[in-house]
Amino acid sequence: MTTLDLPPVAASGPAGAPAPAAVDPPRPEKRIRIGGVTRDDVLTVAGAATGSLALDWVLYERVLPFSGAFGFLICWYLLFLAGYYLLGRLQWNPMMVRDRLIAVVAWSSGLLVVGLIADQIGYVGSRGWEAAQHLNFFTESMEHTGPLDPLTSGGALNAIVGSLEQLGLATLFAVPLGIAAAVFMSEVGGRLARPVRTLVEAMTALPSIVAGLFILGVVIITFGFEKSGLAASLALTVMMMPIVTRAAEVVIRLVPGTLREASYALGGSQWRTVWNVVLPTARPGLVTAVVLGMARGVGETSPVLLTSGFTSQFNGSPVDGHQVSLPLYIWNYVKQPYDGMIARGFAAGLTLMGVVLILFVTARVLGGRRPGQLTRAQRRRFDREARRQRAAAAGGVARPYALPPRAER
Amino acid sequence: MTDAPLSSAPPADAPLAGPSPADPVADTITLPPVAPAPYADPRHPQGHPGGGSLAGLETRDVSAWFGTRKVLERVSLAMPAGGVTALIGPSGCGKSTYLRILNRMHEMVRGAALAGEVLLDGDDVYRPGRRPAEVRRRIGMVFQRPNPFPAMSIQDNVASGLKLAGIKVSKEERRDLVETSLRRAGLWDEVSTRLHTPGGALSGGQQQRLCIARSLAVSPDILLMDEPCSALDPTSTRRVEETIAELRGRLTIVIVTHNMQQAQRVSQSCAFFLATHDTPGRIVEAGPTEQIFGSPRDQRTSDYVNGRFG
Repeated sequence: MTTLDLPPVAASGPAGAPAPAAVDPPRPEKRIRIGGVTRDDVLTVAGAATGSLALDWVLYERVLPFSGAFGFLICWYLLFLAGYYLLGRLQWNPMMVRDRLIAVVAWSSGLLVVGLIADQIGYVGSRGWEAAQHLNFFTESMEHTGPLDPLTSGGALNAIVGSLEQLGLATLFAVPLGIAAAVFMSEVGGRLARPVRTLVEAMTALPSIVAGLFILGVVIITFGFEKSGLAASLALTVMMMPIVTRAAEVVIRLVPGTLREASYALGGSQWRTVWNVVLPTARPGLVTAVVLGMARGVGETSPVLLTSGFTSQFNGSPVDGHQVSLPLYIWNYVKQPYDGMIARGFAAGLTLMGVVLILFVTARVLGGRRPGQLTRAQRRRFDREARRQRAAAAGGVARPYALPPRAER
Repeated sequence: MTDAPLSSAPPADAPLAGPSPADPVADTITLPPVAPAPYADPRHPQGHPGGGSLAGLETRDVSAWFGTRKVLERVSLAMPAGGVTALIGPSGCGKSTYLRILNRMHEMVRGAALAGEVLLDGDDVYRPGRRPAEVRRRIGMVFQRPNPFPAMSIQDNVASGLKLAGIKVSKEERRDLVETSLRRAGLWDEVSTRLHTPGGALSGGQQQRLCIARSLAVSPDILLMDEPCSALDPTSTRRVEETIAELRGRLTIVIVTHNMQQAQRVSQSCAFFLATHDTPGRIVEAGPTEQIFGSPRDQRTSDYVNGRFG
């Protein structure tokens, strides 16, 4: 009676419970393949690419009076699109061809961006590896290194420490100011909010050299402080604050108004609502805002160029004496006419990218949690508490149900 | 004194003429009798200005505007202490606005204005110098859509009112308060083993009861509910209604609902709001629930409660 070509199942096995009429084993499930790429699709793209490459070569090398790799690639891409259109027209209706063509353009744009980034990182990486492979690059400063010394001498420790200190100080200044400004604009509002927002937006486009000039003019020339890491971090603060403010305001606005209402309906004041409800809910976005600001600040060259001063010596103190940072280190050594110095500059660039990468990963770890998700430490604490409660209940010492003592109001 | 339907002297011109106290016998469902005497709220050892542990709410000639548009016209209503008052009426007739006026949430909308008096225990909540936060702590609110704080765990959600109102309690008291509030909201048995999980992970009905527990944790005198079940399925709705029934007599509840059966099930007194396209919302009829549903005096009320319009 079974039409399936499956191994027959023992209908009434002697062991176990009597199977209720389930003699036919279910047909094995085969997942339906939805979408996906067929061989035709792949071959169409490959054919168009090969054909256009060949045509491009003929045109470029034999017919047209052009030369150069860039034009060659552009022409190849345009010919590829035309060829793909023609090939598609042979198989599909016009709607579908247009659809595919747009898909191909989107794909190639994405690949172009990824390719450019990979090229950039790869270039800096390959040039920088020459100096960065020697560990002394991360443990020494340039104090005792002459222009022609080998790469096994000298390094960027002074710049790394300087960068981290200046960035840390700038973050310390910019984040509270920026978030406070964002809270002011989105929560307090009022007549002043609009001009403040306009100003902040204008400041995000502030040329970074102007930020450096501002600190140079005010702090160093007018107040008479010497160039130092602190002055540089103030200049970086000017750069970072508008970015933190803008990004923080956007995420604070995303907090649903119903949560604010709930908080107010519980008798919360505005300040407590912001502190206990709005900011915790927006926390992942706020972390992103902070990291955006830091990533902007760590790579800025012109503000620190005018304010931190340059030194080849290690200076751990941001408050007295010149302090070099990674961008300044790169700027200074890459323009020198010595191969070793240029290699050190690229290695510093590689280090800078590493710092930015670490920042982003940290931000993802800290801010990537969904709202309401608890940290591991919190979860452990709650688990411990729950276990203790269960143990107490099991021990027969369950607390009698009682109204809490009233001492609150 | 505790089960007096009106907290203060009844106004002569209140539309709720002859405020007969909720009669348990005539109730459509068997609810526990009003005002179980043993519940003396120890949180207010000195008692309210009104005297008893239950506070009533009353409005006199409340009108409201959004910008230049008038949405409420001289609404006077007394909500008996310890009872459940249902506000019914078609959409856009000003029920929710009226509810939000009661705990001073109306003024948070830009361009909102109002006139009249809202008396909590005989004391106007709009009296100059009275802090809105203090009013809102005594008059809690549950919203249409469940809105637990997503960044907090279940127990933090329940205890959030303490934090928001700046009340300091010991750990032990806090835990007791969380349990008491969750028990009163009928949620304790479902969440007692996962108090540390995020409140947003609960189902919609549980979230709404969590919001009720959160409101109860600051021990308000009045609980306002703005269509608390409209986003919930029938089972969750029933649980919330049971919660309301259990809370009855412990505090005064004002509930806005579009569901006639729900109004009939949970409330003892009822007010029917109506607005037309050119007149602002006003109360057409108010009185004991069985009267509004059984023998309404106004034709429009009769049409509405019998589903002939709206």
